[in-house]
Amino acid sequence: MSSTDSKPVDEPVPASEPVSSPVPPTPPRKPDATGTAAQGMAIVARTQGQLVRRRFFRHKAAMISLTLLILVILLAFTSIGIAGIPGWWIYDYTTPGVVVNRGAPTLSLLPTFLGGEGFHIGLHPFGQDDLGRDYFALTMRGAQISIMIAFVVGIVSTVIGVAIGAISGYYGRWVEGTLMRFTDVMITIPVLVIAAVLGQRFGGSGPLVLAIVLGCVLWTSLARLVRGEFLSLREKEFVEAARALGAKPRRIIFKHILPNTVGVITVAATLAIATAILLETSLSYLGFGVRAPDTSLGLLVSTYQNAFATRPWLFWWPGLFIIIIALSINFIGDGLRDAFDPRQNRVRA
Amino acid sequence: MASFIVRRFLISILVLLAATFIVYVLVANAGDPRSSLYESTDPGKAVKIAAMTRNLSLDVPVIPRYFAWLGGALGCFVGNCDLGNTATGAPVIGGLTVAIGSTLRLVVFALVIAVVLGVAVGMVTALRQYSGLDYSVTFLAFLFFSLPVFWIAVLMKQFLAIKFNSWLQDPSIPPWVIVVSAVVAGLLAAGIVGGDRRQRLLSAAIGAAVVAVIMIGLSVTDWFAAPGIGPVLMIIMSALTALASTALISGLRSRLVLLSTGITALVGVISYFALDSLLADPSLTLLLGLLVLALVIGAAIGAGVGGLWRSQAIRASMLTAFGCSLLVFTSHLLDAVPAYSAKVNGVVIATIGATTPNFQGDFWETTLDQLGHLILPTVAIVLISIASYTRYTRSSMLEVMNADYIRTARAKGLTERTVVVRHGFRNAMIPITTIVALDIGGLIGGAIITETVFGWSGMGKYFNDALKIPDANAVMGFFLVTGIAIVLANMCADIAYGFLDPRIRLS
Repeated sequence: MSSTDSKPVDEPVPASEPVSSPVPPTPPRKPDATGTAAQGMAIVARTQGQLVRRRFFRHKAAMISLTLLILVILLAFTSIGIAGIPGWWIYDYTTPGVVVNRGAPTLSLLPTFLGGEGFHIGLHPFGQDDLGRDYFALTMRGAQISIMIAFVVGIVSTVIGVAIGAISGYYGRWVEGTLMRFTDVMITIPVLVIAAVLGQRFGGSGPLVLAIVLGCVLWTSLARLVRGEFLSLREKEFVEAARALGAKPRRIIFKHILPNTVGVITVAATLAIATAILLETSLSYLGFGVRAPDTSLGLLVSTYQNAFATRPWLFWWPGLFIIIIALSINFIGDGLRDAFDPRQNRVRA
Repeated sequence: MASFIVRRFLISILVLLAATFIVYVLVANAGDPRSSLYESTDPGKAVKIAAMTRNLSLDVPVIPRYFAWLGGALGCFVGNCDLGNTATGAPVIGGLTVAIGSTLRLVVFALVIAVVLGVAVGMVTALRQYSGLDYSVTFLAFLFFSLPVFWIAVLMKQFLAIKFNSWLQDPSIPPWVIVVSAVVAGLLAAGIVGGDRRQRLLSAAIGAAVVAVIMIGLSVTDWFAAPGIGPVLMIIMSALTALASTALISGLRSRLVLLSTGITALVGVISYFALDSLLADPSLTLLLGLLVLALVIGAAIGAGVGGLWRSQAIRASMLTAFGCSLLVFTSHLLDAVPAYSAKVNGVVIATIGATTPNFQGDFWETTLDQLGHLILPTVAIVLISIASYTRYTRSSMLEVMNADYIRTARAKGLTERTVVVRHGFRNAMIPITTIVALDIGGLIGGAIITETVFGWSGMGKYFNDALKIPDANAVMGFFLVTGIAIVLANMCADIAYGFLDPRIRLS
């Protein structure tokens, strides 16, 4: 069964264009005037990148998630500002204030004709904590830190994973043996365990240090994936051709093989970010992650979990933001996977 | 094969040794266990600091200290175990053994439920690909992936435990709950059964009606105030068990298998009445003995009645016997609920710990007490691990159902049941086996967060408490057990894969 039959949506892809073309891609053949074009079917040649982008933009769940994630990031970073740049929100996350109405949230979304109080935001939409700090500002600060950590972890772990996977996959022999045994050693230690041990040591040195340290833990699965790709690609004819033309290993790795593994790497990196969000919040919850006076979504849940019975909003908001961020990144990863790998399984009933 | 296993084993040992070294050095550098003593105002703190320094050999540099620890740990293989002392001076081994037992009790139960449910759901979604059911389950799986355990655990404590317990004081089901449950059940039934519009509507109606009738019945008879399986229900449910096992193993068309499971269910109901007095306050060994006896009787009935369908009849009857034993067990357990509830002031589902402190009661009441404490952490672990099983099963099943031999099986004219269960499911389970093996290894380390949230003093909490100090010996004791479990599980997964799928060459 060829891969084109199984595609749920038939795109007008010329049959001559290979689905996964090695890089550099073979130039798409011009449809000849007497062939398909003469039958009234306009055939547009698309590059591999255009095909992937098209499939990704058609993935509804991924697009909704992407929009949601961008909105959350914009909200978190513009509302209270970052690095000294003030945001549009009037309160900051450190100044205590007067607790109004036990700190209950003033946000109301239910319109009056449905029995609600009408749409208004009020002074403290997410409520206030026991010191009277504005909880919206606190949650936004937590979201900023959590998102920042997740992305740094994603970048660091991807760089390390790709480097180790590419080197061991390309060079083979003792280099591969050593690096892969080292990867095995790291895999033997459960992620949460080594992350907690490192967090205990580095958690007090600020979120950025914590993020880089966590990135040094999460690379193992990506290294294995990339190595597998390299193992099969280095035997391909186009690599042999490059070698015959006298290309150096560095050029072969970066120009010929690596671009062919972009799909695998992008998907794995996205999912690593989703894992990192949950890992960071879990560590902060256990007390091995971000420490006060800074805050993160996990730390907020941990601090206020006993307030659930009396002031549930202190508990709802940070958890809700963790779920929104993690869920949307997971869906984006899923959409990317579908976009890069069109050979989706479909049962022939 | 043997040489592969030996080589794999040797490499695993080296990997484990390297891992212990890394963890030891990291933990030893994570902080000073004496730091709380330095800050204390206790006049005798100098003596205490000196004692702890001696006890944990903190005056020795980290690397020699690691090898001293390693020497003690290697003694475990010659029966002379010494994993060092914790910061408080107690030997690590003692606390660790208690923690392992408690973790096993928690995770084994949860893992079994998660695997069974996850595989079942994954299979259904693979067979109904791109249906509404498939999309809903996919969404839920992603949601569970993204749930922070510590957050959902607090919600569960509030709604599954505290609210449920207070509801049990006056257990009448409000009408809207019945309506919502019926609608959900109807949609589920329609999604699972599939077929054309008429068939889907029919299954939706039947599913909704069954659930509505059951819930109204439970509400009207105040079943939750004094739950139990009476004789009538016992007979009906035993018969259903027989039907279900037959349908699963061989299909309802094979009369001999049906006959054999029917007889087994009948024997089960008779023994339910006969054993009533014996089971008033049994011991665990008696129960296990009875279970084995039931399985033997089931196998014997299958062998006697099965005829040409012998092997299937034996399996189906044993499954029925197991189901009936479970029913009898549940029935006795439920009978003990009112007495138990009165003893613990209505806190049937506990939110913290593994048992009610100082609880006294007969076998059924103590079992209820343990189960009541197990429910919340089990649900939490199942929720977070079920998603990956569902996804893996779904993709594995899809791959298999697209294979050529499935088309061949269909072309031969086999029934859909045979194609799916015998040809599809069995092959789809091969990758799942290895994933489960790896998860067992990982879970021995305890669900660190779940145990912390629910105050379950297992391996996870042991690790968490030890790292807070940080107490290198205790953390290493934890890691040694976890690491060995993971390495062994990895090896088992590799070997099992080679056995189950002969295409994989182990060399």
